[in-house]
Amino acid sequence: MKKRKLEENIFKALMIISLLGVFAALAGIIMVVAVKGLSSLNLSMIIETPKGGYYLGKEGGIANAIVGSLYLMAGATTLAFIISLPVALALQKEYLSKRFADFTRLVLDILWGTPSIVYGVFGFVIMVYLGMRASLLGGIVVLTLLMVPIMVRAMDEAIRLVPFEMKEMAYALGTTRVETTFAVVLKQAMPGIVTAVILAFGRGIGDAASILFTAGYTDDIPTSLLDPVASLPLAVFFQIGTPVPEVQARAYAAALILLVIVIVINIIARILGWRFARHIVR
Amino acid sequence: MRPKLKMPSKKWVTRKESGNNHSEMNQRLNKRKVKDNVASVSARGILIFVNFLALLIFCGIFWKALPILSLVSLPELLFSSSWHPMKNEFGLFPFIIGTMAVTLLAMIISLPVCMLTSIYLSEYAKRRFREVSRFAIDILAGIPSVVYGLCGVLVIVPLVEFMGELIGVQTTGYSLLAGGIVLAVMVIPFIVSISMEVLRMVPEPYRESALALGATRWETVKYVVLKKARSGLIAATVLGFARAFGETMAVLMVVGNVAQIPTSLFDAAYPLPALIANNYGEVMSIPLYDAALMSAAFILMLVVTLFSLTAHYALLKVGKTIA
Repeated sequence: MKKRKLEENIFKALMIISLLGVFAALAGIIMVVAVKGLSSLNLSMIIETPKGGYYLGKEGGIANAIVGSLYLMAGATTLAFIISLPVALALQKEYLSKRFADFTRLVLDILWGTPSIVYGVFGFVIMVYLGMRASLLGGIVVLTLLMVPIMVRAMDEAIRLVPFEMKEMAYALGTTRVETTFAVVLKQAMPGIVTAVILAFGRGIGDAASILFTAGYTDDIPTSLLDPVASLPLAVFFQIGTPVPEVQARAYAAALILLVIVIVINIIARILGWRFARHIVR
Repeated sequence: MRPKLKMPSKKWVTRKESGNNHSEMNQRLNKRKVKDNVASVSARGILIFVNFLALLIFCGIFWKALPILSLVSLPELLFSSSWHPMKNEFGLFPFIIGTMAVTLLAMIISLPVCMLTSIYLSEYAKRRFREVSRFAIDILAGIPSVVYGLCGVLVIVPLVEFMGELIGVQTTGYSLLAGGIVLAVMVIPFIVSISMEVLRMVPEPYRESALALGATRWETVKYVVLKKARSGLIAATVLGFARAFGETMAVLMVVGNVAQIPTSLFDAAYPLPALIANNYGEVMSIPLYDAALMSAAFILMLVVTLFSLTAHYALLKVGKTIA
């Protein structure tokens, strides 16, 4: 008996240690980025674009990257949403055979797991084929490709949670499939759909590998879809590699901004999930 | 001139004149039916489009990678370690080994932590604490890879350098070990959240019967829960492996990027994704360089696809055994 108790306690202790380790990793990352970032973050960093001699540590900020990231994400999130919502709705069992829907889910899972660098390479090939150079448009398209599987799978999860009895009630009243989809399913699944969009946004904004070749990098804020565009993750990546401490400081600031955006997005998604959940019939 | 009389809209007139309520309803029903059929057809269309897109990505990369085989044979591409694009020598072996090494290392470090954490959260923790922890893990999963890379450069790399000094190994800190540690932290939240879900899928009565027979909690976990959830946990691990395999930025920033076969943990390595990311921008000057990098991308994609399929069938199995 004693031995069994001992085993129990040993494993429980190990579990608590590893859990604390995970929490410590999270706290550590936030601390490191916050301490490093806050000391180098100031107003001119946020509102100024790089000036001459920027990469030697002179004047300027990372406004180009902040605005660039927002442009990229605004375009990519909109496009991905327009593609994802119909796909997620079409995966319901009323429309297609279960086998085809399940096959598509599997394909989406595979796409979801595909490394973002592969998307980047694929996007670059397409752009070379079309004779485009690195641009805002290219970045938006590749980020859309990256975000669609994430968004569809998350939306699909939410839509599948709508009880079938509820749809049956609608059908019993004589509605067609489309009417039920829009009047019942969409309303019921709305919080899940919003959360899906937000989560995909969070994944998209932090991704650097996919836009490395497709969006390029520039010191200016783009004025057209065909201009290259800077982005926060690439700002971190390029500036950490320079030997000048002032430039590295900007990498820390960019990382802090990125981290804050991602954490805020997670919190918003969570709160929305709770708030909407109250209005839903379960 | 007489001002024109305002005519009632044509629609209104026809409705009024048709008068026949029955046919009107029929018409509207027909319209709804047509709408329904259109929606059904477009649902099929859009799913076919998605599948086609996946096929396009796969084939596009395969098609661009194919020309490299006219220059070097497949075994040479995979198992030769001479990488000199200038001399038309494209051996991916050091990069494949680099990827495998860094991924395996990350899995070795993270797996025990993942399993213990998810067991604790699923079996021991109270509901509230579980929810809060799940939130923390979601945040950890959402942190961008460049931020992980940054923390790796700031913390892990000096740490590894210090460790190397302690045991008397010459190292810059940018090494296989640093890559493995950073990657391990990155996949932990990913594996934990899937494993937790799998463990929660095991029905409560199984646990209750074990506990009623006098088993301790740990024994319940060991003999009942883990057995039931085994293939699901394997799936979680496989998915984590796939994720780690393709991770680019964070690893690229800490792993050193020297095209060699690493012989110790403190050696620099050069994984496939890092190879692509570092060189793809300037491939156009050397013929077939892009095809070589494409073949690297194709290998990545193929491996990840195989892993996803494995995990998919393992998860299907867990659904069957539990239900």
